[in-house]
Amino acid sequence: MDDDFPLPEVDQTNKPFWDGLSEGRLLFQKCDDCNYSWLPARQECPKCLGANYTWIEASGSGVMTSWVVYHTAFIPAYKDRLPYNVAIVKLAEGPQMATNIVGETDYSNFSIDHPVELAIEKEHGVNVARFRLIGAE
Amino acid sequence: MRGKVVIAGVGHTVFGKLEGRSPVSLNVEACRKALNDASISKDEIDAVLVKYPTSKFQSKFGQTVAEALGIMPRIGGVWDQAGASGISMISFAAMAIEHDQCEVALVCMADNPRTGTRSAYAKPRGGADGSGTHGWVSTTAGYAMIARRHMGEHGTTEEQLAAVAINNRANGAKNPNAQLQIPITLDDYLQSRLIVDPLRRDDCCLISDGGAAVVVMSAERARKAGVEKPVPILGFGQGQTSWEVAQRPDLTRTMAHKSGATAFKMAGVSPKDIDVAQFYDCFTITPIMSLEDYGFCKHGDGGSFVSDGGIGWDGGLPFNTSGGLLSETGMPGMQLVIEGVRQMRGEANLQVRNAKKGIVSNQGGEMHTHSTLILGQ
Ligand SMILES: [Zn+2]
Repeated sequence: MDDDFPLPEVDQTNKPFWDGLSEGRLLFQKCDDCNYSWLPARQECPKCLGANYTWIEASGSGVMTSWVVYHTAFIPAYKDRLPYNVAIVKLAEGPQMATNIVGETDYSNFSIDHPVELAIEKEHGVNVARFRLIGAE
Repeated sequence: MRGKVVIAGVGHTVFGKLEGRSPVSLNVEACRKALNDASISKDEIDAVLVKYPTSKFQSKFGQTVAEALGIMPRIGGVWDQAGASGISMISFAAMAIEHDQCEVALVCMADNPRTGTRSAYAKPRGGADGSGTHGWVSTTAGYAMIARRHMGEHGTTEEQLAAVAINNRANGAKNPNAQLQIPITLDDYLQSRLIVDPLRRDDCCLISDGGAAVVVMSAERARKAGVEKPVPILGFGQGQTSWEVAQRPDLTRTMAHKSGATAFKMAGVSPKDIDVAQFYDCFTITPIMSLEDYGFCKHGDGGSFVSDGGIGWDGGLPFNTSGGLLSETGMPGMQLVIEGVRQMRGEANLQVRNAKKGIVSNQGGEMHTHSTLILGQ
């Protein structure tokens, strides 16, 4: 079953992102030309289309834009984790990402725009960027 | 070009579990029926526009379908906007006809996700960004994410989501061609299991095998050919957000506002002129947000609009009169166009009396694409 776990596909473009996480840092791309910041990894800035960017470390704080709780395992690897959540987090620096909220399973404590902070966790040997609610136990 | 191009014929297969039927075969059956409905020969067709089957991508699928139809068109191919493709292809056909690029177009779609594969619907959104690693998979989850934000921002409730399902299922229950002919109550809805919270089974469209097709030609040609009940196309429009759900700047806005504004302007009408509506209801949140963005109600008020009589047969807008994706068939959109045509012809199963103008809403992806069609008489 674990052989099926959807591990990230690391390529030349996103390698700095995954390397950063393995060192305990969440990185995003920032355009050298127009200062726009984004995730996931791209080879060009989606705002000015320039190809010059720098990987910057995120502060790790952000807000949860929305979240869902899966009661169905669309991929077998997640069957034993039901119910599990996926949230969209908007980082303080602007980039957004799909992630999971950890440390809280009482969903009545979830609300849109709830502040969150980075909580890097190891998942099948790979560091991934998850978040916890600020102010929760 | 308002009213200069018409839908001259419509056709569809039965919907549901059609063991052994390929998407090509279902397309051919739908086209055969649409040609018969328009009373024209396939020799008159010089454009074949096809939506590729969502469940399985096939290169040059438009040519494969045209080959099976034995047609060598001037214009042919596949249009990929997921569920918005149907109306977008009809729009393209209308523009091509207006500019003498073709004369008569067949626009069709078919798929067999029920008996064939449907793994495409559950695949992770790309692997490179780790979406799959976070369990961020499935189309349903994308809509659930949007629904949650709408609930949080605008106070939309599950009872309001239910109002869409109850309306559409009630209409589908009276449609002898509907795949699911079972009406539901609010209690049924609230007891249906959560798929991806906040969406329940009864928020989600059906999974169906089936095909549907329409014939598009100029009003003049339809008149000369003696087409019995041509339905004029008054307006159309499209709109897209390109951002994946997790990247979208505003989760509670659909591109219906853009596609609707274009179509209403072209048709020279506004929401108050619309007598009957067929809205893409892949999930219950979708028509709620499309109603807002079309201007049938204010932004954020879609939930109370559907639950407080804004849609339905008691003074509201007659809505998804054949059951929509929630009840008639999960096919991505062409059935809504066909029901829109039936209403304008006055031959719908649940006919809206004196309906003069109808709107059809198509959308695709996770609200990535949107297209609108306004039909008249
Ligand atoms: Zn830039």
